[in-house]
Amino acid sequence: MPEQPIRVGLFVTCLVDLFRPTVGFAAVKLLEDCGCIVEVPRAQTCCGQPSYNSGDRADTKAIARQVIAAFAGFDYVVAPSGSCAGMIRSHYPELFADEPEMATQVQHLAQRTYELVSFLTDVMGVTGVAARYDGIATYHDACSGLRELGVKDQPRRLLRSVAGLKIAELPGAEICCGFGGTFCIKYPAISDRMVGDKATEIVATGADTLLAGDLGCLLNMAGKLTRRGTAVRVRHVAEVLAGMTDEVLPIGAPDEAVS
Amino acid sequence: MSGREDILGGIRKALKRGPLDAAAAAVLDARLAAPARNLIPARATSLDHPGQVELFVAMAEEVQTTVDRVAALADVPQAVAAYLASENLPADLVASPDPVLDDIPWAERPMLRLRRGKAEGGDKVGLTPAFAAVAETGTLMLISGPQNPTTINFLPDTHIVVLRADQIVASYEDGWTLLRQRQAAAGDAALPRTVNFITGPSRTGDIEQRMQLGAHGPRRLHIVLVGDGAAERPAGERPG
Amino acid sequence: MQPTSHAFKANVDKALGDATLQTALGLAMLGFGPKRRSAVERLPEFEALREEGRRIKNQTLEHLDYYLETFERNVTRWGGKVHWCRTPGEAREAVLAICRSVDAKTVTKGKSMIAEEIALNDFLEENKITPVETDLGEYIIQLRHEPPSHLIAPAFHLLKEQVADVFRSSHTELDPARSLVEPRVLCDEAREILRPKFLAADVGITGANCLVAETGSSIIVTNEGNGDLTQTLPKIHIVLASLEKIVPTLEDATTILRLLARSATGQEFSTYTTMSTGPRRDGDLDGPEQYHVILLDNGRSAMLGTEFQDMLRCIRCAACINHCPVFSAVGGHAYGWVYPGPMGSVLTPKLVGVAEAGHLPNASTFCGRCESVCPVKIPLPKMMRHWREREFEQKLSPAPYRFGLSAWAFLATRPALYQALTGVAMRVLAAFGKRRGHFRSLPLAGGWTSVRDMPAPQGRSFQSLWAERQKAKAGR
Ligand code: SF4
Repeated sequence: MPEQPIRVGLFVTCLVDLFRPTVGFAAVKLLEDCGCIVEVPRAQTCCGQPSYNSGDRADTKAIARQVIAAFAGFDYVVAPSGSCAGMIRSHYPELFADEPEMATQVQHLAQRTYELVSFLTDVMGVTGVAARYDGIATYHDACSGLRELGVKDQPRRLLRSVAGLKIAELPGAEICCGFGGTFCIKYPAISDRMVGDKATEIVATGADTLLAGDLGCLLNMAGKLTRRGTAVRVRHVAEVLAGMTDEVLPIGAPDEAVS
Repeated sequence: MSGREDILGGIRKALKRGPLDAAAAAVLDARLAAPARNLIPARATSLDHPGQVELFVAMAEEVQTTVDRVAALADVPQAVAAYLASENLPADLVASPDPVLDDIPWAERPMLRLRRGKAEGGDKVGLTPAFAAVAETGTLMLISGPQNPTTINFLPDTHIVVLRADQIVASYEDGWTLLRQRQAAAGDAALPRTVNFITGPSRTGDIEQRMQLGAHGPRRLHIVLVGDGAAERPAGERPG
Repeated sequence: MQPTSHAFKANVDKALGDATLQTALGLAMLGFGPKRRSAVERLPEFEALREEGRRIKNQTLEHLDYYLETFERNVTRWGGKVHWCRTPGEAREAVLAICRSVDAKTVTKGKSMIAEEIALNDFLEENKITPVETDLGEYIIQLRHEPPSHLIAPAFHLLKEQVADVFRSSHTELDPARSLVEPRVLCDEAREILRPKFLAADVGITGANCLVAETGSSIIVTNEGNGDLTQTLPKIHIVLASLEKIVPTLEDATTILRLLARSATGQEFSTYTTMSTGPRRDGDLDGPEQYHVILLDNGRSAMLGTEFQDMLRCIRCAACINHCPVFSAVGGHAYGWVYPGPMGSVLTPKLVGVAEAGHLPNASTFCGRCESVCPVKIPLPKMMRHWREREFEQKLSPAPYRFGLSAWAFLATRPALYQALTGVAMRVLAAFGKRRGHFRSLPLAGGWTSVRDMPAPQGRSFQSLWAERQKAKAGR
């Protein structure tokens, strides 16, 4: 452990902020457990992906500038999402390639930005967590984390340390779930087919729980699984690793206590 | 403007320059005159020659080529006759007029009837030598010429190739080197019209992605591999 | 071929509702991924070779003019001729003129995507020349009068029963009661039917996987051997190639070939890799008497120096297609033109216009699987995004969508307002959704809820809860 504790800026991501704050708190817990000081800049909203992937460069840059300013000065920036971390890490430098005066700042931020689980394992050297979850989980590799950031083995490694948890590998875990940001509403028919195939494969594993590291994909898959009336519990991997599954119902699950 | 000038002009405009100057062109000319090898997988190059021969046979058999190994050229007629009999094939063959095949004592097997020349639509069995063979993927390298019509490689249902083990090289690059050496030795730079790399019999997966052999070319590719290649090739003749 | 890319959504609905197509797609797509993967795993140098392929193609593009001129010089040296064609129209006319010079009646064809791009078959037929496709897949779709649905497996959208049907209705000279159940039998029948056509053809047309500047050669790769019969038997061999097919040397071509078969079919090497240089030599017993290369530009030179230049590295292996989840769902015809899948989504807007093909680069989740398997490392998602940028700049995307985007960006750059508004919205949603945990339908979210539920938010936003926590901590 270094002399000075590591200061981490948490990039909450818009979906976690709005839909599932518990994932944010799970991230905070995991980071604090390994000795980081976590701060959450108030001036953050979104990483800019919706604009970026829609071809709106000007708005993307405006949003990105805000992120770059808000997260200047941290030792690391961590997001509980491979997709948002990938945006900052891989795409911000490209976005500002035509602004040499931004290059240092952008590069600096990009190199210090990590997806949560890979930060824990690859940077902090975490090899296990003190959590318990009774169930059989299958894991979907969200695309950006997998292919832009190389997140594949890290979550599985940490999940293996969770007491009571068994893992049933998902065939085709590397195939996109059909979320794709605005894709899923622009091309619902194709998206339906993709998430439908995914749901079928998830159910076929026999797992009672689906985990992944990106809330967008999780909302998509959870939405399909409940639409099909399956009982698979859907959660962000951070909730399980932080041992916080008692604090919130699975994504999309009905609250039996409310009548 | 002609299409040619227009296209070249467009390319130069896009590349933001005019035609290459003499010095720049000379650098590229020199590269073409002495082509450099790119990365070659170690699979075959890391082996000694007997190892390459074994690799060639294994890779060829993996793609449904059949290989029969004989000790000497004198054994070829017997091997060919036995193969044809085992496959229930006629003993009429169209064979390339390559003098390499003249060294084989065909007369010892009078049942085999060889017609020398190019193949016709009705030919059932073709017989050719090869120019070289590539261990890396079990690939034969054949070249066209007055003594090696290309049609024999494709029209008959069955293609029999007589290959000496010392013709097996590690890589395609070794094959190109042999080809260039041949041109240099011939005193001119003539390339053959056709170079055929052949890796197994003809096949298609076009119907439901299920593999069928013998789509348009030969259904069977049979190699009679002569010798073990150990002592036959002087070190100096190794391509490299 | 008249593009129908503008009707992509309708094409998609049709494809998704076509049970036969879905069965065929399911059968076909299963094999591609594992086959490529095992071939790649067998060759430890594969990753390094991808980098080499990328480098070779990039270096060639930097000196494209030089290599094309060198190529032409060498083709001419061996007695062949290069025809420089700016447009599909020029290419078609060049082919026609060559065919007319020998009064050609029938032309055999090996598989060529350029022939599809320039719509050669229809044009030849209009001019009373019969084109005969000889690749089994191409032959089948020619009989069915439909375009290919895949770069390397043109009939992969069909089941064997459909092939049997079209053979029975086309090969009327054969016994109508014959059994056509087995693919083996279908394959043999095509062989029997096509053999005399090979022998009778006046002209043979092939594509090219590489053109080699050093020697003036064209290289084709096939598994069937149809390309070889096509280019060896007739009097004339015409090669159709777009100009980015050029590589400097035989060694460079070899590197590309090492990548090609493994990426395409998962083979170590395709069955037939054939290099042709000029017409038959003096004394040769067979081979064509004339050798022509139709060198097509069709907008490619204008891609140099633009954000689409990387696309010119493409070796048409179809790995991106074979690994695309969108393609796996809808097949190739939905894309509405010659080139499907990710590579088509980049190339088609260039070749038929972004107004026609604007959907294609949008219909991607950017999952990145295509780029991860591309043997020459083309950043396909990035280039699809470039198309979206162009579309956005030209205001071609739908107005409500653009409005939604600007509204989001407006809010996203005003954190305080954003937090206030979204906070209220999420609380309302949470209150309504709490019991069920998800919504079956939601106003303004029909694209989402038409096919899946919308999970309800937890309630409070992270930011507001975090602010409370910090306050409590400070007050402690
Ligand atoms: S883009 Fe890449 S993967 Fe796709 S066909 Fe071209 S070379 Fe192959």
